[in-house]
Formats: sequence, C-alpha cells, structure tokens
Amino acid sequence: MTTVFSDFLNSRDWLLADGATGTNLFNMGLQSGDAPEMWNVEHPEKITRLYQMAVDAGSDLFLTNSFGGTAARLKLHGAEKRVRELSRVAAELGREVADKTDRRVIVAGSVGPTGEIMAPMGALTHEIAVEMFHEQADGLKEGGADVLWLETISAPEEYRAAAEAFKLADMPWCGTMSFDTAGRTMMGFTSADMAEMVEKLDPAPLAYGANCGVGASDLMRTVLGFVTQGSERPIIAKGNAGIPKYVDGHIHYDGTPDLMAEYACLARDAGAKIIGGCCGTMPEHLSKMREALETRPRGDIPTLEQIAEALGGFSSEADGTGDDTPPARPRRGRRRG
Amino acid sequence: MSDEEDDIILSELDDEELVQQMFDDLYDGLKEEIEEGVNILLGRGWAPYDVLTKALVGGMTIVGKDFRDGILFVPEVLLAANAMKGGMAILKPLLAETGAPRVGKMVIGTVKGDIHDIGKNLVSMMMEGAGFEVVDLGINNPVENYLEALENEKPDILGMSALLTTTMPYMKVVIDTLVEQGLRDDYIVLVGGAPLNEEFGKAIGADAYCRDAAVAVETAKTLVGRKHNQGATA
Repeated sequence: MTTVFSDFLNSRDWLLADGATGTNLFNMGLQSGDAPEMWNVEHPEKITRLYQMAVDAGSDLFLTNSFGGTAARLKLHGAEKRVRELSRVAAELGREVADKTDRRVIVAGSVGPTGEIMAPMGALTHEIAVEMFHEQADGLKEGGADVLWLETISAPEEYRAAAEAFKLADMPWCGTMSFDTAGRTMMGFTSADMAEMVEKLDPAPLAYGANCGVGASDLMRTVLGFVTQGSERPIIAKGNAGIPKYVDGHIHYDGTPDLMAEYACLARDAGAKIIGGCCGTMPEHLSKMREALETRPRGDIPTLEQIAEALGGFSSEADGTGDDTPPARPRRGRRRG
Repeated sequence: MSDEEDDIILSELDDEELVQQMFDDLYDGLKEEIEEGVNILLGRGWAPYDVLTKALVGGMTIVGKDFRDGILFVPEVLLAANAMKGGMAILKPLLAETGAPRVGKMVIGTVKGDIHDIGKNLVSMMMEGAGFEVVDLGINNPVENYLEALENEKPDILGMSALLTTTMPYMKVVIDTLVEQGLRDDYIVLVGGAPLNEEFGKAIGADAYCRDAAVAVETAKTLVGRKHNQGATA
C-alpha cells in the first residue's frame, strides 16, 4: 500500500518525529490527573500550539493528542462515549497545522495502550481490544490522520490486536513498544521478539520500534537489538529526554538538548529511520536534534560502549537478547504445561 | 520434563520437601497445587501463620527476587500471585480466627487519572504474601479517597502508584494535602510506578520510592519495623 506517509518515508534518509505531549501540555497548564484528550475540544488552541511547536522546531511528523483516546482510558473521565469525536478532533487540528505548513508534515494518529491486561492473565479479550482500537482508528482516520501510530505498548497481544483493528479501519500504521524493564517490555518482551513479531503481522507496520522507556541509552540498546535481527523494515526511535526529576513544582527531564542531539545522530547511525523524542523532549531539544541530523556526517553503527560513553550508562546489565540472558532458576521437576 | 516427574504426589512428600515443592509450584504459578499443599500442611497440624510465612511468603520471596533481577516479568509474577491468592483464600479466615500476628496494614491505590493498576496489584499481592493486611482502593483515586481510607482504616502505610508522566505529579498533591492537614507523619508513604525514581520520591516528600513489588515489601518491612520501634521507645 503506498500512502503519503510511505512515499515520504521512502524519499528521505531520516525523518524527525516530535517530542513530548504530556510534558508540553503540563507547561500549558494541564492538571495532573486530567485527560489530555479533553483539551482537543476544551482548549483546541493549545493543542494546535502543541503541534505547531513541533513543526516549528523541525519535526517532519507529529503525533496527535489522542494517546489515551481508547474507550478503556476515556472511561476513567466519563468520556468513553466520545472516543470517535475526541480522536477525530485531535487529527483535524493536526491536519490544519500540517496543511498550512510549506513543507510536507505527517499527521500521525497516536494510539496508546488500553491500560488493561489482556486475557487470559487479565480481563481484556482480544475481541474487545480490537473493537476499542478500531473505534479510535476510525476517529483518527475521519479527522485526516496520514498514518496511525501505536505507541508505548508492553504486551505483544495488545500490539497484535491494534494491528488487526488498523486493518479493519483500512489505515497504514506504525507501532512502537516501551522497553522499560531490564531492557524488555514490562511483559518481558525483548527487542528481538518484537522484530520477529512485526514481520508476521498482516499488514506489517510501515515502521516499528521503541518509545519512552528509561532514558536515551537504553533506547539505543533496543534499537541495536532490532538492527541485529537484520530486518529491512524502517526502525523508529523515540526516547525520553533523560530521567524525570521534580523541580520547582513540575516534572523536568534531565536530558539536555545537546544530549538529545547526540542521541539523534547515534540513533540514525545505528539504523533508525524515524527519530524523535518522548517524555521531556521539548521544542528546544527537537531543534538541536534537527540541526545535528542535518549537519553531522553519518557514522558507523555505534557500540554499546560508545552509546554509554555518549549518553550515560544502561539501566540493567542485559536486555534479554543474545547470549547474556539470565539463567532460569533450577527446579525440582514439575513444570507447567 | 518426563511424565514421571509430572506425577509428584504432594501428600507423599515430607514437610520439608513439600515446602520446597510449593516454592517451585508458586514460581510456576500452579494454583491448584498450592491450594493442595496448603491443605496438606494444615492437615498435618501446621499453624496457619506458619503455612503463610514458611511456605507462601518463602516462595513469593524467590519470585520477587527474580522479578527484581529481570529473570521473571509481569506475566509470570501475575501467575505466581494468582497461585498465592488461592492459598491465601484458605488461610485468611483461619489467620483471623487464630489471631496471628499482623505485620502491618497498607492502604494502596493508583492516583487520579491513572488506571494502570498492574504494578499496584502486584504490590498488593506481594504485600499480602508477606503477611501485610492490604486495603486496595483500586484505580483513579482523588485525594479525598486516600484521606477517607486513612481515617477509616488507620494503616501504617499509604502506597500510591502512577504509570504516566501525566499522573505522577498527583502523588505530590496527595502528600501536600497530608502535610497541610498535619497527617503526614502518621503514615509511611511509599510511591511506585514506571516513570518514577528515587530522587522523584524524595522530591515530592514520600518516605521511599519502590522500584518494584519486591522492593516495596522489603521497604515496607523495614520502615514499619522502625516505626514500631520508635513507638515503643516514645
């Protein structure tokens, strides 16, 4: 399937994605605990400003303000009946910003996790998950999103359910997972597992990768994990700008614009094609990242040592790929299944 | 694993072997086997409190350690916790009857705006597994819910969880309110959740940040112990 997004992706060496949504909205006065998605209708001018900041800082692509837009999440704010509307408006506002920009900018319809645990461990069945993702996907499509953008997923089952929903909505898509627990997702899924999984999906994502997690170094290690699997599929790197700190009454991430510029080039050198930030990544980070990507020559694939030296150490010794997987505990005999 | 090994008869094991086997069965999330093991030990005259601490807590400690070390992940821990719950369901009424010692009491919930309760549920289960009484407020709690529960339940510990950048600052709202009302020092406040870290916990005025359920249990034990000692000497 060729689309505006895939053509653009094919025509470029790298794309700069956007940065944080939550961190930026806090700076505009969003109160902790409130649903950012409500601002699509309550303060559309602020959401437009959020998008515009990313575009002005040089992003080729930005995500819509619809991360918590599934019924599972909106239920919490009594807005579960407004899934389609809130996602549609999120995309419409994005469409307006993109269309009046004099270069090509992609509107990526953000879809975050439901927050529930999939069956059999949890209560969320595959069918209901597909239905919820489908509902949001339709809203984003209606609002004019160029591509759907699944992010911060931990469970492979949930990733697959979203893929199925996006097919039903007949939309091209990308999808990233969050590797925040000893280099794996919370559910124990490794970068190698993900690279293998995406190739089996129909249709496979136009690009896949990692977002959020624990700082830029860990994210780079995950990217190397994807690259090692040898897939030609474009890789997405959207790491946090460092680690969250609480400064003067608000959350501040400790990664500097210069560090994020360094990270952007390392991500490109490692083989990532779509590079951006996540939590804590502000317009000043994005500008530096753009400048660095445009001016610094491409280098060799960095080693883990070079990454640690440039961006800081890793949160865990291993990430579950290769030979350094921790050994399973010896048992007395009986095992499940 | 051969079929032969699958056919371990729990009732034929002596106490020590049975407890070891229960550690393995907890690790593997085998709920029915855990329930059977609990009943066998009770049938042999074990005190409910001993079954809890020696078999279940012992087994969950191993699970917690491997979770902390990145050997087990959430799905495995959920299975183990579910198996433990099966055993706890048998023990709970008996523990109440026999007036077994209580380690401490915790009120826990995810903060307003946050429905991600996986971590919180793990902490609840591991705390129960360690002998704490846990009052679970569920998800999406405004400060009023916490205050009401603290008043009614008089716990030793208040636990708060947040998974999102957009919800973690709410923990500070709750702690600030406790300070305003002069209640802060009455409780041990523990916070946890993926985006947090130790420094953040300190900055918002919590007693500790717990990076996972196993750490939460260890921290809770230490701090409750300290609090009780202070109480005794005061």
